[in-house]
Amino acid sequence: MVEFALPKNSKITGGKTWPKPAGATEVREFRVYRWNPDDGKNPSVDTYYVDTNDCGPMVLDGLIWIKNHIDPSLTFRRSCREGVCGSCAMNIDGQNTLACTRSMHDVKDGAVKVNPLPHQPVVKDLVPDLTNFYAQYASVEPWLKTTSPTPQKEWRQTHEDREKLDGLYECILCACCSTSCPSYWWNSERYLGPAALLQANRWVSDSRDEATGERLDNLEDPFRLYRCHTIMNCAKACPKGLNPAEAIAELKLKMVERQI
Amino acid sequence: MALSIVHRATGVALYVGTLLLAWWLIAAASGPAAYAHVQAFTGSIIGRLIVFGYTWALMHHMLSGIRHFVWDLGYGFKANEREALTWGALIGGIALTVLVWIIAYAIGGGR
Repeated sequence: MVEFALPKNSKITGGKTWPKPAGATEVREFRVYRWNPDDGKNPSVDTYYVDTNDCGPMVLDGLIWIKNHIDPSLTFRRSCREGVCGSCAMNIDGQNTLACTRSMHDVKDGAVKVNPLPHQPVVKDLVPDLTNFYAQYASVEPWLKTTSPTPQKEWRQTHEDREKLDGLYECILCACCSTSCPSYWWNSERYLGPAALLQANRWVSDSRDEATGERLDNLEDPFRLYRCHTIMNCAKACPKGLNPAEAIAELKLKMVERQI
Repeated sequence: MALSIVHRATGVALYVGTLLLAWWLIAAASGPAAYAHVQAFTGSIIGRLIVFGYTWALMHHMLSGIRHFVWDLGYGFKANEREALTWGALIGGIALTVLVWIIAYAIGGGR
């Protein structure tokens, strides 16, 4: 449910400033959210200085450099380091994005501010707990559902029908969109959020799928779909350039169209 | 997100503004004394500011509503279209408000 103020144990207090790397000629300041579930302390923001001559250009490169050279306890998710896996989604300079595709030099002035994705429980440091997010993805049943007999070979699809999935299938489930959505912040336990709804539309739009009506029935709910108020943060946030807001609008249109 | 909040805020302001409108209509129906009372209030500096704000809330909410209508029809989702609609509602709302007040003063409504 909605909370207007941060809970007491979530208030950010203090933070350590780590020494600048010795001998570095060019450094970039990083201010990174830290929270450890084991020490009983409130979260803090630590300041690090990254030697940019010894480090790749992306924010993720900077975080890895910090972990390797300054503070091995810094915790974050990462895997592919090229915008395919969606693991390193975090809030950088006030925007949800992937640390691996956001250049630290694109962060304009001052420090590179790194926080976990907003309004999710934090597991540690920059690692959000996405259990609810994944459960919502599962609730749209993201697999092909058919009743007709399975063909001998693959399920065929025309080029035109395949094109209807463009802009939908590319989603990597990084959660940047859902965690940027004010409706999702307020009602994440009942509203599915942009990512899960984009996926719902991906399966509703699939010419091979035979459960369209069932899928739309599942979304016919004041909260699950209709908490979207076209705020558009999702479309701004998506690091893959997709448009969840448009996908949701399409779902709403399909809801109406089937009643005519 | 900012314009989404403004859309809501102007929507809430319209409730209050409509109370003002209702007060004016009731006063007009109940007699010259009550009507003069309302006119005195809306004619004062504060009254005019409130009515000016109400005009803007109405104009902005209308244009912003059209913007949402376009989106509900499935258009205007590209980044540049989205920005154009948003800025259009903001600038258009202010422009229409000023226009209404210029016309109102020109035809003598500001006496």
